Amino acid sequence: MRLDKTELALVGLAVLLLLGGMVAPGWLIFLVTIALAKALVVQGVVMQMKAGLVSFGQGLFYCVGGYAVGMGGPFLGISAGLVLLAIGVVAAVGLAMVLGLLLTRYREIFFAMLSLAFSMILYGVLVKSQELGSTDGFNVNNWTLLGQTIAGGETATHVVFLLTVVAAAVVAFLLHRYYRSSVGMTCEAIRENEVRVEYLGLSPRWIQYANYVAAAGVSALGGGLTALAAGHVDPDMAYWTTSGEFIFIALLGGTGSVLAPFLAAIVFSLVRTYAIEFVPHAWQMILGFTLLGIVVFLPKGLWSLFTRHRPEAPVVPAAPQKTSTGGAGA
Amino acid sequence: MLSFIAVLIDGTIYASWLFLVAAGLTVIYGVMRILNMAHGSFYAIGAYAAASAIGWYFSDGTGSAGMSFLLLIGCAIAAGLVVGTLVERGLLRFMYGRDEILMVIITYALLLILEDAMKLIWGVNPYFAYQPYTALGRSTIAGLKVSNYDLALIGVAVVVGLALWGWLERTNLGKILRAVIHDREVASAMGVNVRRMFFLTFIIGTTLGTLAGALTAPSISVVPGIGVEVIVLAFAVVVVGGLGSIEGAAVGALLLGLSRAMAVHFAPQFELFVIYGVMSLVLAIRPQGLFGRTLARKI
Amino acid sequence: MTPILETRGLNKTFGAVTAAKDLNVRINKGEIVGVIGANGAGKTTFINMVTGYLPPTSGEILMDGKAILGLAPRAITRAGLARSFQVAQLFPELTVLDNLVIALAAAESPHPSFLKPLRTKARVAKAEEILAEFKVAAYRDARVTAVPQGSRKLIDIAMAMIGNPKMLLLDEPTSGVSVDEKGDLMDTVMAAVRHHGLTVLFVEHDMDVVRRYVSRILAFYSGEIIADGPPDAVLADERVRELVTGHSDHKPAANAGAREGSSVA
Repeated sequence: MRLDKTELALVGLAVLLLLGGMVAPGWLIFLVTIALAKALVVQGVVMQMKAGLVSFGQGLFYCVGGYAVGMGGPFLGISAGLVLLAIGVVAAVGLAMVLGLLLTRYREIFFAMLSLAFSMILYGVLVKSQELGSTDGFNVNNWTLLGQTIAGGETATHVVFLLTVVAAAVVAFLLHRYYRSSVGMTCEAIRENEVRVEYLGLSPRWIQYANYVAAAGVSALGGGLTALAAGHVDPDMAYWTTSGEFIFIALLGGTGSVLAPFLAAIVFSLVRTYAIEFVPHAWQMILGFTLLGIVVFLPKGLWSLFTRHRPEAPVVPAAPQKTSTGGAGA
Repeated sequence: MLSFIAVLIDGTIYASWLFLVAAGLTVIYGVMRILNMAHGSFYAIGAYAAASAIGWYFSDGTGSAGMSFLLLIGCAIAAGLVVGTLVERGLLRFMYGRDEILMVIITYALLLILEDAMKLIWGVNPYFAYQPYTALGRSTIAGLKVSNYDLALIGVAVVVGLALWGWLERTNLGKILRAVIHDREVASAMGVNVRRMFFLTFIIGTTLGTLAGALTAPSISVVPGIGVEVIVLAFAVVVVGGLGSIEGAAVGALLLGLSRAMAVHFAPQFELFVIYGVMSLVLAIRPQGLFGRTLARKI
Repeated sequence: MTPILETRGLNKTFGAVTAAKDLNVRINKGEIVGVIGANGAGKTTFINMVTGYLPPTSGEILMDGKAILGLAPRAITRAGLARSFQVAQLFPELTVLDNLVIALAAAESPHPSFLKPLRTKARVAKAEEILAEFKVAAYRDARVTAVPQGSRKLIDIAMAMIGNPKMLLLDEPTSGVSVDEKGDLMDTVMAAVRHHGLTVLFVEHDMDVVRRYVSRILAFYSGEIIADGPPDAVLADERVRELVTGHSDHKPAANAGAREGSSVA
């Protein structure tokens, strides 16, 4: 198997992160873990953006993934971390397979609003049901990894970090391949012109559906890892402003590379850490102005700063289709 | 029977409130094709402006209820004009012609900015403006005590709805706006100053938002985050009714208001669920909303 | 002989407007059919109905004797009926090469792969061959947005031909193209058509272009076919001269810039 530049960079970055994890202070490891886990949720948003859809409700799957980890212990008696993560992904995929039947009929703002509505439904159910933890949510503690109990504290931080880096690298690797596959490229084609895709003999709706379901799974994994890292889940995971944050990070990074959401999420987390400390009531304002700046000046996100600026079109010889006009008979 | 009447009254009051909150959103979308995420912030600004004005007016212990209503409405209009002008002139006019979904993101950025701007201006402690609410007292309808202020809200919603409808259907300006709604380019080609219509529409929409906030302020505690809660409800209303339709917003508000009242009375844990549940159901059956128009793509 | 395409009593009304009235068309293998008619005569509506984009109000559509009415455009494409568009329908932000490679992959299978790369050597080579055949090779790596109108139309038609259709419907292949480019464009297209042995129906306003390439003409007037036959006979027909070709041989400019995404009234 030959690796391209992005794939090599991925492997390199993962190794670097793991090495860095041995020496970095706990707070930084924690910050990076949360950022990478959230970046996985953002990957789900980006997958849909590439297909032309903006989900204002990706928090739904983030929440499902998180609650699977939070509820697996008290409700199912499961403590194995990997199993809890898998339950979250399976639950999210199952839910997406149902919702996707309806959602894939919608585009543009209707998709945005309907996806928002679904995540708010979950929020509403969680907040109002005592059995589901109400506004308090659940604590995640005493889970195990390959039979070892992860009690919390330093060890837990390191273990989740390791888990998250590996998961992020694997998902990113697969996504990178996916974006260049027939389905991935056809998603972009659907964004560009759905009518043409239909007239090529493909079902845009089926492809959107597959993409939506896959994105749900990826986002749920991010939610599960966040729950393990933060040790807590609550209904705010499904609140629409959480989804707004994911869109922000997605736009900040852009859709240019599978690495972009990770970069953007780390930048986002670092800036937030300091902003909340120094200007607590201006953090959202900073986000707002940054978002406007991105829309106006960097529509392809931060990642476009790292890519070589290519001219829009190569120099083209004059009138390429000019040939003899006498060839065709009447 | 009693609970049926209670549902009816509660539902109608809530529907009136929903309509007031959603009216500006649907007007702006109808004319400008901007689904304004910041509409909830306009609501919150109206609420803050009204609450601080009422607080100031009653601070010395005197003050008449009648004046306080004028103050509420005056504050709402003033706030609407100022904020609407600032936002349209300062931001939106540079963004016209972009994708609808991009406008959602732009107004989301605006929401983030306004949320913190409000915190910087008004702080994070709650404001109260209960005087106009208590001044009106209560009535008893079929054995149920109902606040007169809430009942008055129904009247206001009806007046606002009829005024908007009359304005769009019965005046020359309304005709011009309908031309813009129907086909922006043709209207522009026929000499309509579309940008001026946008400005006007945005001011009116913003003012409807601040008015909704100002009128709500007496019955709630005004705290950070109320706009963020309200905007998703307003979305549900306009999406159910059909984006851009005034009648739709009215019917959507009634449908959601009554559904929620039913949930509150019979199954309180579904209070929030029911609003988005109904919205999803309507969209599943009629993707363009109850009063929305379908657009096919020309190829 | 079973016609490749046959419509029986096809009707379409939009509210009070009749866009198609009792259309009975039989097109046989190997025919090159020109469709003429003023704007609004129902030509595009006909193509849209036949390819499944618009449901007719009543009538039947048969391909190779099999009913295709009610099938989605993708199913009709797979059955071998391809089309091009008045305004080229491409993927604007993708490169010309990717546009074609996507079409090639789509033609291979209705179930694209999730992890196998789209741009295989074989597909790229094939795409380059097509680009050369349609004389647009110079734009291989350009985004569609940077490609001139005439070449976009060629790419649009090239994409329609990729699935080896049995029949090709060309909706105004020369609209939006400057007068001096029209001839070259049609020569390129018709050379490819002959090379692949396709049956073609194309809508065209320029009678010179029509006369030069077609073996048969269908003349549309307000949703009806008022004449059907060899070019000389149809163009000499009294009603056709009065209602279709009478005023001018030139196509009114208004339709050329029909905007994408605008609504159907």
